[in-house]
Amino acid sequence: MEKKLYSINAIYHTPNDIIRAAKAVRDAGYTKFDVHTPYPVHGLDGAMGLKETKLGFVTLAAGILGAVGMISFASWVAVVDYPQVIGGKPYWSWPAFVPVTYEIAVLLAVLGTVGAMIAFFFKFPNTSHPLHDTPYMKKVSSDKFGVTIQAEDPQFDEKKVRDLLKTTGGEVEEVHYTEEFLTFKPNTFEPKFLLLLAGIALATSAGGYLYFNKVLYLPPFDWMVEQPRFDVQSTTDLFDDGLTMRLPVEGTIARGFMPYPYTLGAKADSVGKLLVNPVVKTAASLDLGKRKYLTYCSPCHGNFGSGDSRMNGQFPNPPTLHSDKVRTWPDGAIFHTITVGQNVMPGYQYQLSREERWAVVNYIRTLQRAYNAKESDLQ
Amino acid sequence: MSSTVLDYSKEIPVVEGVPSASQLDETIVKPINDFPQRNWFIGLAITGTMLGIGGLSLAWLLYKGVGIWGINQPVAWGFDVVNFVFWVGIGHAGTLISAILFLLRQKWRTGIARFAEAMTLFAVLCAVQFVIFHTGRPWLAMAWLFPYPNQHGVWVNFTSPLEWDVFAVNTYFTVSAVFWYIGLIPDFASLRDRATTTIKKTIFAVLSLGWRFSNRHWQHYERAYLIMAGFATPLVLSVHTIVSFDFAVSIIPGWHTTIFPPYFVAGAIFSGFAMVQNVLIITRKAFKFEHLITMDTIEKMNKIMLVTGTMVGYAYIMEFFIAWYSGNATELFVFINRATGPYWWAYWTMMTCNLIAPQLFWSKKVRTSLLASFILAIFVNIGMWFERFVIIVTSLHRDFLPSSWGMFVPTMWDFGLLIGSFGLFFTLVLLFVKFLPAIAMAEIKAVVPGAQPSHHGNGASH
Repeated sequence: MEKKLYSINAIYHTPNDIIRAAKAVRDAGYTKFDVHTPYPVHGLDGAMGLKETKLGFVTLAAGILGAVGMISFASWVAVVDYPQVIGGKPYWSWPAFVPVTYEIAVLLAVLGTVGAMIAFFFKFPNTSHPLHDTPYMKKVSSDKFGVTIQAEDPQFDEKKVRDLLKTTGGEVEEVHYTEEFLTFKPNTFEPKFLLLLAGIALATSAGGYLYFNKVLYLPPFDWMVEQPRFDVQSTTDLFDDGLTMRLPVEGTIARGFMPYPYTLGAKADSVGKLLVNPVVKTAASLDLGKRKYLTYCSPCHGNFGSGDSRMNGQFPNPPTLHSDKVRTWPDGAIFHTITVGQNVMPGYQYQLSREERWAVVNYIRTLQRAYNAKESDLQ
Repeated sequence: MSSTVLDYSKEIPVVEGVPSASQLDETIVKPINDFPQRNWFIGLAITGTMLGIGGLSLAWLLYKGVGIWGINQPVAWGFDVVNFVFWVGIGHAGTLISAILFLLRQKWRTGIARFAEAMTLFAVLCAVQFVIFHTGRPWLAMAWLFPYPNQHGVWVNFTSPLEWDVFAVNTYFTVSAVFWYIGLIPDFASLRDRATTTIKKTIFAVLSLGWRFSNRHWQHYERAYLIMAGFATPLVLSVHTIVSFDFAVSIIPGWHTTIFPPYFVAGAIFSGFAMVQNVLIITRKAFKFEHLITMDTIEKMNKIMLVTGTMVGYAYIMEFFIAWYSGNATELFVFINRATGPYWWAYWTMMTCNLIAPQLFWSKKVRTSLLASFILAIFVNIGMWFERFVIIVTSLHRDFLPSSWGMFVPTMWDFGLLIGSFGLFFTLVLLFVKFLPAIAMAEIKAVVPGAQPSHHGNGASH
């Protein structure tokens, strides 16, 4: 294997020497050179002529991103997506978002700085550099100081470089490398490596799945198959009657439900005078009334209220709604009849809400008017 | 030092004598390369047993639920939160030493910074387990703690101090871990180049990411370290401030005070330094680090404990004063009950250990005595644990309604988890000193006399 020269190096023993050598190399006009020290040596940046690091800008950008991102996110959650009144405060209680905003700003600033430094400024991880594992590296990682001038440098001349390093008092060495060494780069996208990762992912997920779902079978991995609850219509020892389904406490009413004070025994006529129709006849209300009428009333009273349904003849004949009796009834009387029922007709207060019943009453009035239309209605 | 006239222009050297850099390496790397001593195994056996006790308690806790603890109404926060605050507090010394003292150019921190940072990480781990497990069903904790899009359309409450706590502790742990790792990179590279076996070499090569000690890298590295120290400094103050908000934002008498944030931060530094002091003195002795962790460092730590201990004591007394001065009968009752009620012994343990004991550090003889430093640091640790116990339990056990008054009696499982957390902490410490360089090699080499050039060329910029 052919070996190539990577660099000519020199080892120095004191920090003063390394500063002097770095200056000499810089003054000689070399650009592809580096200084290696076991710890940061003061004044070396100046001696090497390095420019100020730009790392701080990354920190600034990442920190601003974190702060703006977090306060926007918290505000969006609190105001738009999930507004909750907490302690009687406004939705946008921004002072209370300051702690989380601060923490995320710090987190992103630090991670951004370190990530950028390692990945972009250092181009790490890189464990196959020609200098790695050389006697030179072993010296500078312990207690020596070294200068390397790379063969890539435009004005590299082996003899001149050796002379320069010798005059500055260094012990000169060489570092060679083989092409093979450099071509061996741990590649993240190496198929074998990716295959290994995929294999690990598969093994851990399959193992995890089996372990949690089959072996352990503890909540939440039993997927709520076992639930500490009573099923509808199952039995229980808890109550005397052995039923799990309970009736609400007597007198309980649903939200928005208005109890109806009159019973089946009350006369429709007299009750009707006490009730006032609160629903205005609008197109929407009449439409609702029509739908409810067709659902609940038409099976007996017929589609148009004349009592001509299929029930005719096989049942006590359902009465027509166009009789004089019904037409002269007040609205409240029809409402009362719908609510509590009469004769074989059941009450519909559990199927129809108050508004719906009044809407049906209005619809019946419309039907009645259509059947007994006056001349004036035709215009 | 020996001169009778104090010369403030001269710093006391961080490292005693003038050891060469390679000697320093030898000393620091020795525990890693040597087969561990018998004492190390004995230590590991003890801490491992403690860890095992903690593991058993944890398993039983997961099986039965938090009902196995002594908590109930009105004392719904017991050992779980006491231990959480205690361990988070311990975790504050590390970042203080590595960040704040770095910014203040306190070079004596160099010998102990790595150590203290590691202890920060371990202590925060110990703390986090208590908050996770006291939620009752920790496998669902992710859903309550972190804001993530979910099918319920529910988000966490960003105005709650408990949620701030989640963010603060997580950020603190992450930033401390990154800080610690960045500091370790050059040392991993040193270990890589010293390694004799292929396995060790491979591990350290990967961990060092391929560090080459290039000055073109040191330049960015030092700036990154400075930036991180700058960020970690307010962070360390924010974390215990937010922990104190968990209490101070509520309206429980004894918790609802504005003095809590500074008082908690001072207490955290106090307890953290005490724990570092304890572990430090043992390590120094066991690994013969006397030249690197000097008596001067130990004395300075004692001075900080004296300062912070007195600050904490001031807070104890000020709380009493304000309880009287506010004219609030409930508040005054809570504080008188603290000192003379059924938990009087906890209160006076706290007062003795935290306020009175550290006052001995006024004497230089005590400050520079290893044994006295060690014993007093243990006192401080005990005292600071009791401080959290006093704050949490005595404020809760006398509810607003006398009919709801109750007592908190810890069960064996409470103690099991407490012992387990100490086991976890010291096991990690033991593994750390065995497998990683306990002292920052690259940093300590830089502060040895003669390590820096005697002249600064071209307006040096380090």
